Amino acid sequence: MTTGTEETVVRAETAAVSGDDPPGARRSERLSAVAQQHGALVTLAVVVVAASLGFDTFLTGDNLENMALSSAFLAVVALGMTFVIVTGGIDLSVGSLFALGGVLAAWGSQYGTVVALLLPLVVCGLVGLVNGLLIARSGLAPFIVTLASMLGARGVLLALTDEGSRTYLVDKGSFFADLGQGAPLGIGVPVWITVALFVLGAVVLRRTRFGQYVYAVGGNEDAAALMGAPVARTKVGVYTLSGVCAGLAGALNAAWLVSGVTILGSGMELEAISAVVIGGSLLTGGFGYLSGTLVGVALLKVIQNVINQIGSLDSAYQQVVSGAFLAVVVIAQTWLGRRQRVL
Amino acid sequence: MAELSFTQGTLDRARLLRLSQEYGVYAGVVVLLLFNFVFTANFASAENFRTQAVQVAPVLIVALGMALAIGTEGVDLSVGSVMALSTSLLSLYLGYGPWVATLIALVGGALIGVANGALVAFVGVQPIVATLALMVAARGLALVLLPQLKDVRDPGMAALGSGDVLGVPYLVLIAAALALLVAFAVRRTTFGRQLLAIGDSRPAARLAGLPVRRVLVVVYVCSGVLAAVAGVLATARLTASDPTSLGTLMELSAITAVVVGGTPLSGGRVRIGGTVAGAVLIQLLTTTLVKHDLPPSWTQIAQAVVIVGAVYAARERGKR
Repeated sequence: MTTGTEETVVRAETAAVSGDDPPGARRSERLSAVAQQHGALVTLAVVVVAASLGFDTFLTGDNLENMALSSAFLAVVALGMTFVIVTGGIDLSVGSLFALGGVLAAWGSQYGTVVALLLPLVVCGLVGLVNGLLIARSGLAPFIVTLASMLGARGVLLALTDEGSRTYLVDKGSFFADLGQGAPLGIGVPVWITVALFVLGAVVLRRTRFGQYVYAVGGNEDAAALMGAPVARTKVGVYTLSGVCAGLAGALNAAWLVSGVTILGSGMELEAISAVVIGGSLLTGGFGYLSGTLVGVALLKVIQNVINQIGSLDSAYQQVVSGAFLAVVVIAQTWLGRRQRVL
Repeated sequence: MAELSFTQGTLDRARLLRLSQEYGVYAGVVVLLLFNFVFTANFASAENFRTQAVQVAPVLIVALGMALAIGTEGVDLSVGSVMALSTSLLSLYLGYGPWVATLIALVGGALIGVANGALVAFVGVQPIVATLALMVAARGLALVLLPQLKDVRDPGMAALGSGDVLGVPYLVLIAAALALLVAFAVRRTTFGRQLLAIGDSRPAARLAGLPVRRVLVVVYVCSGVLAAVAGVLATARLTASDPTSLGTLMELSAITAVVVGGTPLSGGRVRIGGTVAGAVLIQLLTTTLVKHDLPPSWTQIAQAVVIVGAVYAARERGKR
């Protein structure tokens, strides 16, 4: 199965590796492709080097561990978001689902670890399923459907917690709390889980039929349908996956905080989308990869960490920088994409 | 935007659907009004209507700008943050007098609009993403300028917030005037025609020689300025600047009002009357739930259901 986008990927890869294209016109196209694919990684390396030279406290074990842990939850959310964005859609409900997942997990933890993990996955998965059905079967615009479920999920959360005034606690000695707090080999359990999920996700996206359908639907929906790809089923699948990921991230976060904090997750959808876009996935769909998303998450968290280390800067600057950064990346992407198409 | 004139023999079902799409929002407002007259205590008083109208004014003004953006097949998610930015600017420059401060707040909104418009029109970024970036950045900027809540003590602003003419609050008059102005601009000016043509089909508009980029930038500037006006008015009413919470989820309310009012998300059509009714409908819905002691969580769930319902109902028209 070959889609237009895959060709782009393959072309970019071969061009980058073999380099046997004639110089001149092809070279700038090659550079654009490389910049789009690896720009985030290069930026991350530069920022990390600069930060470790600038701050003694940056490259310490504690700081790295903190960054890895706080990245883990966003990374799991961004994992689902990557699938959605590769199909050309968007999921704005993940922030609310993250918070809802946390509250459900904390509430469920009194009935044991299985309930604490399954309940958020099932409920958030169901919300994702409804999103997917409305988008795929009824043809509604993804952003408006997920905007509505963002509101609805937040409403459900408030209804569950006496209008946000009640915080469910997780028993600190329980196995569920260990999921968030434990640290085999000095690395937190959420980080291990995140790494495992990304490996699994990358295999699904690149090596399975479902993954190829995801690219095909994002590349050109009509062409995918004509080729016999189950377009609607694929879309329902990615939105459900995104809901499940957000719920899981929320559950892990609740285990880490040993409580279901109700005010979390607002603005998380933006962070997740930013991470995916910074990682090189195209919002128009059909192109993207999970390793890029992971780099995008790391880059966002490192920048936040640096801003915090500067100390004198207000945390509000984080938002200004994140917003400006997202704009710059999108401009660069659009520009690079256009170059590739023109040449 | 091409109005389909349904021939006489059309199926009743199709006509019913079309009618419900066209006038459903007005019917909804009437139903909610009747329900409240009958079941809600103290609803039918002038004081209550004044409160409702004052509360709906900022949402309505933001929704007018949103309707323009949606008419071009775009969307403006930055409106809530622009409100926050305008309240920050207002309180910072209030020392120069209310007029200068208001002007600076509006200029701030216009600048955000220019940035949005430039990203959408010249760079070619999707409106959702462009305005998302500005939404994050503008809220941050508002907080950098004014880190926390600050009282606004100014007789001019106080008069704007609570004064009235013949019992009609200034806020409501301003909102009504702006609604008329935008309705006139959409229906009777070249700009409005160009806007709708671009929303209908951007390639066709470009081929027809319309100044696509300029119109898009102007649309996002309008949206930014209207959001800034809403921010100023909200500040005047609250007599305080709160950049942390002012305008949060405003983009959602505005989009809801526009969509419920029958403006399709696919662009090419703007219904200002419907948008006004949509904003009123959401306000009435919230009031009804609050007055019957249902918690805010129910309001959010209800709003979510209304949005999906409205978009679902408008779906057929989109396919045409």
